[in-house]
Amino acid sequence: MIIPRVPVQHRRLLPDRRLSGPTPWIIAILMMLTLLAAAAGVGLARSANAIGDAIAGRVTVQIVTANPVTRAEQAAALRRAAGAAPFVRAARAVEREELQAMLGQWFGSAEGDDPVLASLPLPALVDIDFVDGDRAGAMAALETLVAREAPGARIIPHAEWLGPVAQLIRSLAWIAGGLVLLMALASAAVVIMTARAALGTHFATIEMLHLIGATDRQIARLFQRRIAIDTAYGIALGSLVAAAILLLIGWQWSGVTAGLAATASLGPAGWALLLALPLLAIALAALTARQTLLAALKKML
Amino acid sequence: MTDAAPMRPGGAMVEFSGVGLRYGPDAEILSDISFNLQPGSFYFLTGPSGAGKTSLLKMLYLAQRPSRGIVRLFGEDLVAMPRHRLPGFRRRIGVVFQDFRLIPHLSARDNIALPLRIAGVGEEDLAGPVGEMLSWIGLDERAEAFPPTLSGGEQQRVAIARAVIARPQLLVADEPTGNVDPDMAMRLLGLFEALNRLGTTVVVATHDIHLISRIENAQMMRLEKGRLADPTGALRYPPNRA
Repeated sequence: MIIPRVPVQHRRLLPDRRLSGPTPWIIAILMMLTLLAAAAGVGLARSANAIGDAIAGRVTVQIVTANPVTRAEQAAALRRAAGAAPFVRAARAVEREELQAMLGQWFGSAEGDDPVLASLPLPALVDIDFVDGDRAGAMAALETLVAREAPGARIIPHAEWLGPVAQLIRSLAWIAGGLVLLMALASAAVVIMTARAALGTHFATIEMLHLIGATDRQIARLFQRRIAIDTAYGIALGSLVAAAILLLIGWQWSGVTAGLAATASLGPAGWALLLALPLLAIALAALTARQTLLAALKKML
Repeated sequence: MTDAAPMRPGGAMVEFSGVGLRYGPDAEILSDISFNLQPGSFYFLTGPSGAGKTSLLKMLYLAQRPSRGIVRLFGEDLVAMPRHRLPGFRRRIGVVFQDFRLIPHLSARDNIALPLRIAGVGEEDLAGPVGEMLSWIGLDERAEAFPPTLSGGEQQRVAIARAVIARPQLLVADEPTGNVDPDMAMRLLGLFEALNRLGTTVVVATHDIHLISRIENAQMMRLEKGRLADPTGALRYPPNRA
């Protein structure tokens, strides 16, 4: 049991000074930071996985033939040939208007109708998604296909330029995980210090209890219960604040629908982890308190 | 719950043999202490301040292990006894501390009830004995008072009540009458004597020579400079040396 049962009359052996010390407040702050770091870690990990999945089997073929008519014909032929190939799941020619609209953001033209932009010799692009499986074989087959349908075209695997970004996001997720671990250790250290301080403060009572025949377990349960309840208050408070912050961020995030940010979400498993963390923290606090108390009591006669 | 085996018939309740005690690297504060305490007997421990009375009592009530020698209590060797067995023995010993050691945030009633609660006695079985004890020490009216609001004498009475409520087999008292008036001292001594008649072995450390003379058949141990010394001659010494 995380918070041990202690008869009411025995609870009075420790004076009732709940929330008077710094422990619940420190635990509250650590819990809040732990949950935020865990949420960030889960979100980043999911984002990195989403990006990884998205880019692993996608390439863009860039056709830069000078003649715009030939360029368009090569793009159309490549799209058709790739669409029929067994190693391709989807092939799509990127429309010139789409390219212009994207580039328009840099030219200050929302509609992509800037005259300079319209005069640019834009390459023809064909996005190709491979079927799952042998990616190296698919790439080799595509190279053959491109050499036949659009000689001189360049194949750009998305992993080549988005891979480092995904790796960076993954590293950030690991760092967030490390922070969660460090904060769990810091919380345990706070509990250990609290338990030792409680033993010091109540040394006379403990000595008295020992001398009238109390066992280490009886004494430890008193303190374990008090520390578990105090830390539970702190954990509840920290969790509430973290939940409020996460809901606020989630609300703001819901407006982000494009780019890498759109891939960041917690998912059911992430929310389950965040809900489990406070319970794990209470269990960790109670166990740490118990072990610290029993170890300290063993040093007394 | 008692973790100790029953004492063998006719055996001493407490046996000290060649016991020495030192704190850290300093010289021994108790040396070559040897005596036996018989079940149902009454002993006074006297000696000047600093002679080692409190240290000797600490070994008797299992707050201290000796640095050397043999200590047997209720027939069992306490020197080598694992500490998880000590609580069972401690529940058979009542202790009156010189400084009372009442728990300040518990009422007089709860302080007195403490040994029974620790021993697992249910609340429904506590009220009677605790009430009787409060009446006996004359503190019924102050049952819910907290120790800091009690006088020194009242605190001492609560401490004594706490020590005897579980009907210990061995009662150890360190200057138990030091803070009470002569009348109360005699009443408390009367309680110890009554308990003694019921079979409790009593050891009282005191400076009060008048107190010693009030108990018939009491035996005396005198400590001087950490060693058991010959008594004044008024009482027998050593008590049934083995």
